[in-house]
Amino acid sequence: MNVTVNGRQHAFDGDPSMPLLWYLRDELGLTGTKFGCGIAECGACTVHVDGEAVRACATPMSGVADRKVTTIEGLSPDGSHPVQKAWHALNVPQCGFCQAGQIMQAAAMLAANKNPSEAEINQTMAGNICRCGCYQRISAAIKSAITGA
Amino acid sequence: MKTIIENVSRRRFIVGAGGLVIAAQFISLKSFAEMHEDYKTGAGAMPHGVVTDPHVFVTIDKNGLVTIIASRAEMGTGAARTTLPLIVADELEADWSRVRIKQSPGNEERYGNQDTDGSRSVRHFIQPMRHIGASVRLMLAMAAAKHWGVDVSDVEAKNHEIINKKTGAKIGYGAVAVEAMALPAPSADQVTLKTADQFRYIGKGTIKPVDQKDIIMGKAVYGIDAKVPGMRFAVVARPPVFGGKMVSYDDSATMKVPGVEKVVVIEGTPAPAKFAPLGGVAVVAKNTWAAMQGRDALKITWDDGPHAVYDSATYRTQMEETARKPGVVVRNDGDAEKALASAAKVVTAEYYLPHISHAQMEPVSATAHFANGKLEVWAPLQSPGGTRDELAKKLGIKPEDVTVHELLLGGGFGRKSKCDYAIEAALLSKAVGAPVKVIWTREDDIQHDFFHTVSVERIDAGLDQSGKVVAWRHRSVAPTIFALFVPDPKHESALEMGMGLVDNPFDIPNLRCENGEAEAHTRIGWFRSVSNIPHGFAVQCMVAEIAQAAGRDPKDMLIELIGPPRIVDPRKSQDVKDFWNYGDPFESYPIDTARLRGVVELAAEKSDWGKPLPPRHGRGIAVHRSFLTYVATVVEVAVDEKGKLTVPRVVTAVDAGFIANPERVHSQMEGAAVMGYALARYGEISFKNGRAQQGNFDTYKVTRINESPAQTEVHMVPHGLDVPSSGIGEPGVPPFAPALCNAIFAACGKRIRSLPIGDQLST
Ligand code: FES
Ligand code: FES
Repeated sequence: MNVTVNGRQHAFDGDPSMPLLWYLRDELGLTGTKFGCGIAECGACTVHVDGEAVRACATPMSGVADRKVTTIEGLSPDGSHPVQKAWHALNVPQCGFCQAGQIMQAAAMLAANKNPSEAEINQTMAGNICRCGCYQRISAAIKSAITGA
Repeated sequence: MKTIIENVSRRRFIVGAGGLVIAAQFISLKSFAEMHEDYKTGAGAMPHGVVTDPHVFVTIDKNGLVTIIASRAEMGTGAARTTLPLIVADELEADWSRVRIKQSPGNEERYGNQDTDGSRSVRHFIQPMRHIGASVRLMLAMAAAKHWGVDVSDVEAKNHEIINKKTGAKIGYGAVAVEAMALPAPSADQVTLKTADQFRYIGKGTIKPVDQKDIIMGKAVYGIDAKVPGMRFAVVARPPVFGGKMVSYDDSATMKVPGVEKVVVIEGTPAPAKFAPLGGVAVVAKNTWAAMQGRDALKITWDDGPHAVYDSATYRTQMEETARKPGVVVRNDGDAEKALASAAKVVTAEYYLPHISHAQMEPVSATAHFANGKLEVWAPLQSPGGTRDELAKKLGIKPEDVTVHELLLGGGFGRKSKCDYAIEAALLSKAVGAPVKVIWTREDDIQHDFFHTVSVERIDAGLDQSGKVVAWRHRSVAPTIFALFVPDPKHESALEMGMGLVDNPFDIPNLRCENGEAEAHTRIGWFRSVSNIPHGFAVQCMVAEIAQAAGRDPKDMLIELIGPPRIVDPRKSQDVKDFWNYGDPFESYPIDTARLRGVVELAAEKSDWGKPLPPRHGRGIAVHRSFLTYVATVVEVAVDEKGKLTVPRVVTAVDAGFIANPERVHSQMEGAAVMGYALARYGEISFKNGRAQQGNFDTYKVTRINESPAQTEVHMVPHGLDVPSSGIGEPGVPPFAPALCNAIFAACGKRIRSLPIGDQLST
């Protein structure tokens, strides 16, 4: 099977049940996508598959055959995605370990819905845990990305 | 006066002769410690103390690029890689845009203490880092003065340049870097620190966290991200019960899993095992997934050992019984027993706080390569230097043959102070003859944690006719962290008792603290703010309970208990042994009730304490001094008819002495509220048959964005450099849970005495 990751096509002939997460991290060396739980509970491994946010830890390789995967490394060449810019402006991260997942989730949300309500933001982002507790700034950064402020 | 004259003359001499060493033979050199008599910390007493040699921490290249070494662990507070370096840069008059940060390896002989723990980074290293920066500034000035043939007093460093005050000529740092950095370190009495009004970065909070850009682009490298050519991946099946052992295993199915290469037994160490691995059976494979599949296929027979019967519910009952009987007296002012017996009213409450797990976002992980008698390790470590020594000991090699590469920590909270995972990686690399990365799954991380202790706290307070508290007896029962280090210690250590038990600041004439026996049945370790969590919870909930019993406002009750402005010195109380004051001198960091009261009043004022709230809303307040910092928190909650809890607002007041980086203080306090909410609302690891019952975020819940405190406001008490900096990473945590539970009581009349809150509000 083939899979496209950040615009590059790769052939894969390993275990089709292997989660995309371990393929990205162990085989492609794309360690920006993080492991936090392995059971789709924390969102640290969030990537885009054909533009939609998915948990790479719960997505088998067979599920991404001939599909386009975007990881945090491929979101923008220089950190200029509006979500990344807002994150930087508001100093969102603490340890930063959850942030790739948070950013990928927020970016997918805004791509699908340019102006989510507070409730929609909370609902969409509730799958992404930040143990350091950056939620207040995550919320503020999403709102700032919406308005482009 | 004499020092100054000597300074001046020596400087002249040095510039003229071009060297310090000769001069040093004539004039005694003042040490860093002597020069900072007015700013004494416990830093020097830590293993390997403080290194203030600028050559160890700063290099400048010919283009003027300044490299500052970060020698402590960066786990999200910003202290190691942002705040300490910006302190150096400010004193160095460097332009931050021309500064790079480089992480040091683990090596305490060279860098001084690296144990990033106990909220010590800024409080122990602000002065050394200032000194280092100012030393380099002087060295650059000396080199430039020599270049122009003028006295060093005729030149001045400003924003990456040296200015000739007489001619107005300027020379960039890069142009004199080689000469400057070839100079020996100036003696401490030659070095002039800036005054606070000259600071450009210190205290401003304007510097972006150093790794932030890399983090948001997915380029920051954490311990779990280490890449070493030829590296294998391993997961370990560990004994499900602490103290258990592998009896036999069958790996025939495992070896059939494609990608699995080898199965290796890791020996456990009998307790007390400090940070040694738990032992077990490791599966080494070509990738993490294959290793995990291989582990699932193992058939292992365990001997569960002596803790196979550990049941946390039964144990709780046992601890409660202990707390209902007298324990060892660990502080005794006046006669609490007599005063309780004759009190007009006695308020008694028992509080329970279960084990909790750190659940830092990055599960522990380490990569090791052992070859030719030498070991290299890449890992997220709170104590890279200490880990190096532990690794050397375990492998029977010299510390010089161990290189510990410190990578970013995806959270630490105390878990990554214990290097068992690095030892596992080292043993596995040695066994397979290749680099090995050990991955802990989330279940591994939660179930084999060094858990926060479990505790029962019982307080009896006696009130006189007028409602004044005249007696206080606090019994604390909790297994100790010291079970890691000594056989069966049974009692809390002086360190633990010094975290909110014997350092009780209240103005009560008859105050008695006792500690009952408790045995550790699992690995106990320190968790962000440690014993301050149970002690602070009990004390601060009790204040509100007393207020209720006396018909008083909880904040007024708290202020009354804190009493008049004074210094409370637990060392003067009877039966207090080895009061440690977080390892810092009491003279620099006394228990000052004026500051304690100050944060209470600040938080109350900013939170509109006393102003009306909608129905089923309530405010709660709590204050706690920990890690030498005073924090008061007001939590506002709403509890609806069904018991649904929301937290619209949190107001925190912090007195941490001089604040070096207010922006990161904000983030730490915001985070402390979120972590405080998690431990209060959900935090529990329970045990049955010796086994932790929770394993991942589905069963061990933590705060999510949709229930998180919506707004946390942080107010800092402003201080100059005359009030020494104190801890930031931990002190925000202890007051949160009691303030929350006090708010819940105010909102709906339900008193929570047992954590977690769980579904107690809906029943
Ligand atoms: S690692 Fe995939 S959701 Fe947690
Ligand atoms: S920043 Fe540390 S887990 Fe989110």
